[in-house]
Amino acid sequence: MRRIPRETAESSRRITRRGLILGGAQLGFAGALALRMRQLQVDQADEFRLLAEENRINIRLIPPARGRIFDREGRVIAENAPAYRITMVREDADNVEEVIARLSQLIELDEGELNRALAEMDRSPPFLPITIADRVSWEAVSRVAVNAPALPGVSPEVGLSRIYPSKELFAHVAGYVGPVSDRDLAAYEDPPPLLRIPRFQIGKVGIEAKYEQQLRGEAGAKRVEVNAVGRVMREIDRREGEAGNDLQLTIDASLQEYVQARLGEESASVVVMDLEKGDLLAVASAPSYDPNKFVRGISVADYGELRDNNHRPLASKTVQDAYPPGSTFKVVTALAALEAGVVGPEETVWCPGYLKVGTRQFRCWKRGGHGHLNMEGSLRESCDVYYYDLALKVGIDKIADMARRLGLGTAYDIGMSAVTRGLVPDKDWKRSERGEEWRIGDTVNASIGQGYVLTSPLQLAVMTARVATGRSISPRLVKSLNGVETPSQGGEDLGIKPEHLRQIWKGMYAVSNDRRGTGYGSRVIGDDMRIAGKSGTAQVLNRVVRNEDVDWEERDHALFITFAPADNPSIAVSVVVEHGGGGSSVAGPIARDVALQALYGGAPPVEVYPTKDRDRISAQQERLERERLEREAAQRTRA
Amino acid sequence: MSYLEYTVKSVPSGWRKVLYLNWPLVLLLSAVACVGFLMLYSVAGGTFQPWAEPQMRRYVLGLAAMFMVAMVPIWFWRNMALLAYLGTFALLIFVEFFGSVGMGAQRWIDLGFIRLQPSELMKIAMIMLLAAYYDWLPLRKTSHPFWVLVPVLIILAPTAFVLIQPDLGTALLLVMAGGLLMFVAGVHWAYFATVIAAGVGGIYTVFLSRGTEWQLLKDYQFRRIDTFLDPSSDPLGAGYHITQAKIAMGSGGWTGKGFMQGTQSRLNFLPEKHTDFIFNTLAEEFGFIGGVSLLILYVLVLLFCIFSALQNRDRFSSLLTLGIGLTFFLFFAVNMSMVMGLAPVVGVPLPLVSYGGSAMLVLMVAFGLVQSAHIHRPR
Repeated sequence: MRRIPRETAESSRRITRRGLILGGAQLGFAGALALRMRQLQVDQADEFRLLAEENRINIRLIPPARGRIFDREGRVIAENAPAYRITMVREDADNVEEVIARLSQLIELDEGELNRALAEMDRSPPFLPITIADRVSWEAVSRVAVNAPALPGVSPEVGLSRIYPSKELFAHVAGYVGPVSDRDLAAYEDPPPLLRIPRFQIGKVGIEAKYEQQLRGEAGAKRVEVNAVGRVMREIDRREGEAGNDLQLTIDASLQEYVQARLGEESASVVVMDLEKGDLLAVASAPSYDPNKFVRGISVADYGELRDNNHRPLASKTVQDAYPPGSTFKVVTALAALEAGVVGPEETVWCPGYLKVGTRQFRCWKRGGHGHLNMEGSLRESCDVYYYDLALKVGIDKIADMARRLGLGTAYDIGMSAVTRGLVPDKDWKRSERGEEWRIGDTVNASIGQGYVLTSPLQLAVMTARVATGRSISPRLVKSLNGVETPSQGGEDLGIKPEHLRQIWKGMYAVSNDRRGTGYGSRVIGDDMRIAGKSGTAQVLNRVVRNEDVDWEERDHALFITFAPADNPSIAVSVVVEHGGGGSSVAGPIARDVALQALYGGAPPVEVYPTKDRDRISAQQERLERERLEREAAQRTRA
Repeated sequence: MSYLEYTVKSVPSGWRKVLYLNWPLVLLLSAVACVGFLMLYSVAGGTFQPWAEPQMRRYVLGLAAMFMVAMVPIWFWRNMALLAYLGTFALLIFVEFFGSVGMGAQRWIDLGFIRLQPSELMKIAMIMLLAAYYDWLPLRKTSHPFWVLVPVLIILAPTAFVLIQPDLGTALLLVMAGGLLMFVAGVHWAYFATVIAAGVGGIYTVFLSRGTEWQLLKDYQFRRIDTFLDPSSDPLGAGYHITQAKIAMGSGGWTGKGFMQGTQSRLNFLPEKHTDFIFNTLAEEFGFIGGVSLLILYVLVLLFCIFSALQNRDRFSSLLTLGIGLTFFLFFAVNMSMVMGLAPVVGVPLPLVSYGGSAMLVLMVAFGLVQSAHIHRPR
């Protein structure tokens, strides 16, 4: 069938006109589209190009290796060890539950950690690796690797983690690192992005915290291209970070080890200081703890045990605790009196066993009294009345002044945490802090290191060092940073008359070498390595009781300071045994043993001990050596 | 030339018709399709699977369909118009009850080699019927209210079914294409003025209905409008798509990032990169020059339709060609507006470029009709 067109001029014209209008409108719209294209692609191109780059490029930080910490001989105190963990990618493991069931037959999986990981897996995109077991052994890693075909999506990964190979030995000095906490971040106004790296460790306590900036190093960065869901497609470029600076301490690791072992279960602290530059050879606080536990994240049970222990293992007693110095402070009082010229060395004082000041009666520790004593005798036998008398003559301000010159009342910024200033009381202090006037009795108490006087074991060591040398030696803990030696502080002459110092030395020598000396029990035989010391017993209870009769917490603190060799001193030692009882009987032997160990650079010959002690000492040396070997063996097997 | 001279003799017959095909149009369409293959190859990351190869196969199929439709005299298609419309309408009702629903909302019938969407088919069937209707209707009755109501019903009946699928994009396209065809056919200005006024009032009512019990649009449709009006209000949610689409385009600059170098599409920041947003990939990789080139190709196709229609003195052919050109225009205009942030995202593909079987096949059949009208035009 053919069709006959019914065309009219009118209809044709109308279609032409309206068709042209429509066509024009369409072209106009196409033009508008082109203009819009131009606006987006030409006018705003730079802006959008930036946005596209922001979309696609992610900067990932590469954590730097943390600087290591060595002892003065280059032995490792803190280093970084590879830490293995097992991760799983959900999308690669077809059946997550089945793979985990298989994995749990191979390695031990922590139930809590696993549940947390599974929950995290559900929340995260399927391609993200989730850690399902952290800090696994190398053995577990190899078992996983061998069985890899049966464990789709499971892979072992390695990162660096801090390790303290000597465990308890340097816990208080070096401190420890831990994962960055919200509190750590809050300390910064604008936290460095490095801290946001998962599992990044920063120093929490001790040298690790104090030298965080130097140890941390510089983060590296890699630029990666990511897709819309955050999957990394490829690495564009990378800039390696800079490892942190290595740090060398003045500590002698073997001495520190000996000291820690010698202190054993006592709640005690020892500071050994080299007299040349003020290097701290040992800074030991007992009992100690294993800092590795904190790196891993300590369990509540373990932490509770440390916290509730009445021997306070967490406390860094050498620097953060301040004790009444007891009779060790008599050195200060004596020097102050000598320098003030209120007493001559041979002037004697009569000690009847007490001194009446006004209406109060102050007792000497020896009920029956010492009789006539000169300065050497007063130090040797630690007569209290002699110093009461001296203090009344010289006055508290001069005593406080001498105490400060000898290094008390100062917080030494050696890099450890919570270093105390201690307390050197004087009239101004009491007025401003206590709002009371200084009383004469306060002076009397202070003269024998009781009352308000407080010193840390570190300060006692500094004081001993300054008395032994007459120089203003200051302690140094960090020997060098990144190979650059840290300058030692002080060392200039204190301006104390040499003959005055010699009087003190004479007295301290007598303490440890004269038959009547309080430290005679812990003397050294032979002329080479004789020591000079001063004992101290700081009262905890303000009444006269026998230590054996009261609870441990109420017993006196035992103190002993010493420098050695007595004729040409090279080291100073301070010992504080909390609630140890008498300074001469408890702290003295420790101070002697430590000093000898330091001077001989190892176990001293048994001949330097008094004959009757030799059997006991050699048994002690054998025991400590055996323990040392056991520790070494344990460390080797772990490594 | 008077219509009486339009005789059998002057119309080519048999295989000679092939010579009378408009070959430049075939080349233009193929060029557009090739842009599509290129982009589908690119967004797949440099492979022909899963998109470029099926698309090529469909294009060949579409070309064959176009030729077959073109060979059949246009008056046959005119007589088939009502049947085609009713058949498609029946399919539309059928899928409403028995069809499968896919991403977005379009319902389809799986024919094995293709998923047929009756709503796509309806775009052509409706144009055919409207063209036939105005060919049949005496000119003086064109603006008579009753004879205006009939085409309005022809448009709105399928639109209603498409809307409840719900496929807002196709529904809008149907209404706009039908309405504009009525305008070309010569319906009085006043009707359009009234409808536009009513439309504005309607839109106002729709917005007013939001949050009430008689809410006229789905929540997601409202959200799309919100996002369109201010994409930054929800940059990670609904506004994400349009924001990323604009970044893709804008970052292309003058000359683009290079073939297969578009980071926005390759890294999946660009949504629906092989269908609705394929233009952004093109603009990202080939820049302003690439985008405008495609636009020019489209405009050339459109111009061909307009010129062919204005030359054709057969009223049905003329209206049909204009209507199909218009549909084609609406496809790319709405799609481009939408991906460039000028219109809400309503789910309209880029013609012959976006991946999709139904739309491509239907368009090729439509161009077959255009070719048929061209070949069998009165001479």
